Amino acid sequence: MAFISSSSPYQRVRRSTSEIMLLVLLCLIPGIFLQSYFFGLGNLLQILLASTVALLSETLILILRKRPILSTIKDGSALLTGVLIAIAIPPLAPWWIAVIGTVFAVIFVKQLYGGLGQNIFNPAMAAYVLLLISFPVQMTTWIPVQSLHPFSLTVMDQINALFTGFTLDGYSVAQISTSIDGLTMATPLDTARNALNSGKTISEIFNSPEYKASSWQAIEWVNLGFLIGGLILLYKRVILWYIPIAFLAGISIFSFIAFAYNPDLNISPLFHLFSGATMLGAFFILTDPVTASTTVKGRIFYGVLAALIVVVIRNIGGYPDALAFAVLLANMCVPFIDYYTQPKVYGRGR
Amino acid sequence: MSERQTEVTTQQIPPKDPAVSYTEIAWQGVWKNNPGIVQLLGLCPLLAVTNTVTNALGLGIATLFVLIASNTLISLIRSYVPQAIRIPIFVMIIASLVTCVQLLMNAFTYELYLSLGIFIPLIVTNCIIIGRAESFASKNSVKYAAFDGLMVGLGFSLVLILLGASREILAQGTLFAGIDALLGDWAKELTLELYHADSHFLLAALPPGAFMIMGLIIALKNKIDQRVSK
Repeated sequence: MAFISSSSPYQRVRRSTSEIMLLVLLCLIPGIFLQSYFFGLGNLLQILLASTVALLSETLILILRKRPILSTIKDGSALLTGVLIAIAIPPLAPWWIAVIGTVFAVIFVKQLYGGLGQNIFNPAMAAYVLLLISFPVQMTTWIPVQSLHPFSLTVMDQINALFTGFTLDGYSVAQISTSIDGLTMATPLDTARNALNSGKTISEIFNSPEYKASSWQAIEWVNLGFLIGGLILLYKRVILWYIPIAFLAGISIFSFIAFAYNPDLNISPLFHLFSGATMLGAFFILTDPVTASTTVKGRIFYGVLAALIVVVIRNIGGYPDALAFAVLLANMCVPFIDYYTQPKVYGRGR
Repeated sequence: MSERQTEVTTQQIPPKDPAVSYTEIAWQGVWKNNPGIVQLLGLCPLLAVTNTVTNALGLGIATLFVLIASNTLISLIRSYVPQAIRIPIFVMIIASLVTCVQLLMNAFTYELYLSLGIFIPLIVTNCIIIGRAESFASKNSVKYAAFDGLMVGLGFSLVLILLGASREILAQGTLFAGIDALLGDWAKELTLELYHADSHFLLAALPPGAFMIMGLIIALKNKIDQRVSK
C-alpha cells in the first residue's frame, strides 16, 4: 500500500470520455497487432471500414436527431464500437457484414435509446449477435493462419476478397478457408465442439489433425495480446479490477467444475481462458461503463454471471463461443443487480 | 330477488353518442386508433405469423371476418345481455365464430391452415375482438357496429400485411410466396421474386426482427402524424 507523500490539495484527474475511449483504443493495439500478424491484413481493413461506417452513421443519426454533431463524435464511442465489431468478425468476411453490424450498433442499439450513456445493451455485442444469427455462414468462416495458407495472399488480394468475395486469382473465400489438405478451418472452440458432437473425447481431439490444423495457437496469442492491453487499462485505472477478475475467476471455477466432473467431455479451464473472445470480453467489453453494473458488489455479480453463461453455452449450448450472448444477457440483469447491491449509506440502519 | 333480476335485464341502453358517424368510425379504426400500431393489441399473432404476406393476409382476413360477425351479433343482442355476465357471453359468441372460421379454413385453405397453426384458434383470445365488443358493439346499433368491425379489422389487416411484406422482402427477397395456399392454384403466378441473394437477412424472419420492424412502423406513423399536425 503506497501512502500519498505529497502535501494537499490532493487533486484528482478527471478523464473526459474521449480520453478514456482513446486509451481503450490504444490498449487494443497489442491484440489487433497479433490478430493481423496471424490472420493477415484483412483485419485492419475491416477496422478501417467499420470505423468509417461508424462515424458516418453516427453523423447521420445525429443530424436526424438534431443533436450537436462534432462534440458527440469527438467522444470516440462510435469509433470504439466500430473497432470492436471489426475485431470480432472474421478478417475476410464480406464488406457488408461490417457495414450492417456497425450501422445497427450505432443507430439502433446506441442512438435510438438516447445516445451514449442511455443504451441498455453493449452496441458492439448486440451487433455481433445480430450478424451471427442472420449470417451464420459468413460469420464462422475464419481463414487459416498465414503460415498454413495454401495460397499466399497479397494486400490487394485481401481487399478484393473483402469487397467481391474472390481474390485476384479467382479463389473464393471458402477456398481460402480450407487448408492444404482440404480440411475446413475453424476456430479451436468450433473444432472442439464439432468433434465432441461426433463422439470423440477431449484428448482425442487435441491429438487430431483437425485440431492441430486449426488456428488454436494464433487464438491463444491473440488472447494474450488482449490480456496485456487489458492489464495496461487496469494499471492506468481506466477500468476497475472487479469485473475482469470476477469474470476470469468465474470462468476458471465453472469450467473446472465441468472439467472435474467429466474431463473427457469438457474442455479444460486453461483452454477456456485462452480461446474464443475470453480476454477481449473480460477487459474491453464487459467493462463498458454504460452497460455494466455500477456498484462494487454488483460488478462482481455481473462478472460471475457472465462467466456462468459463457461456460454453460460453450459446454452444452448450440454455439461454439458465447461471449456476445453472455454480455447481452448480463446487460439485461444490470438494473436488477444494481437495485439490490446499493451500498449502505453511513449512519443509516440496515 | 325477482326485483333484482328485472333490474339487471331491463338495463338502459346508453344514449347514442352523437359523435358516431361512418367517417369517424373509419378514421378511428384504420388510422387514429389503429389496433395494431396505436393500441398495440393482438401483438402475439401480429408478430408471430407475419413472416410472409400470405400468412399475414390469411390471419388478417380471418380476424376481419370474426370481427364483423361478432360485432354484428353482439350489437343485435346487446339489450338482452345481463350486465354482470356479459363477458362470458361475448366470449362464447366469439369462440363459436372462430370455430366456424377454423373449420372453413381447414376445408378450403388447408395449407394455410397448417402454416397458421395454433394462431387461428387463438383469435378467440385476441383482445381486439373482445375490446370492440365491449367498448363499441355493446353500445351501438347494428349498422354502426358492423361497420366498426370492418374498419378495425381492415386497420389490423393493413398492419399485418405491411409487416408481412417488409419481413418477407428482407428475409426471402420475395413477395406473395405461397399465395396459392390462400387463393388457389391460379395465384401461383402472383409470387414475385424481387431480388436474389446468396445470403438472406435471416433476422427479419425471426421474432426480434418482427419487433424491430414493428417499432419502425410505429415510428413512421408518429412521424406522419407530427407532420400533419404542424
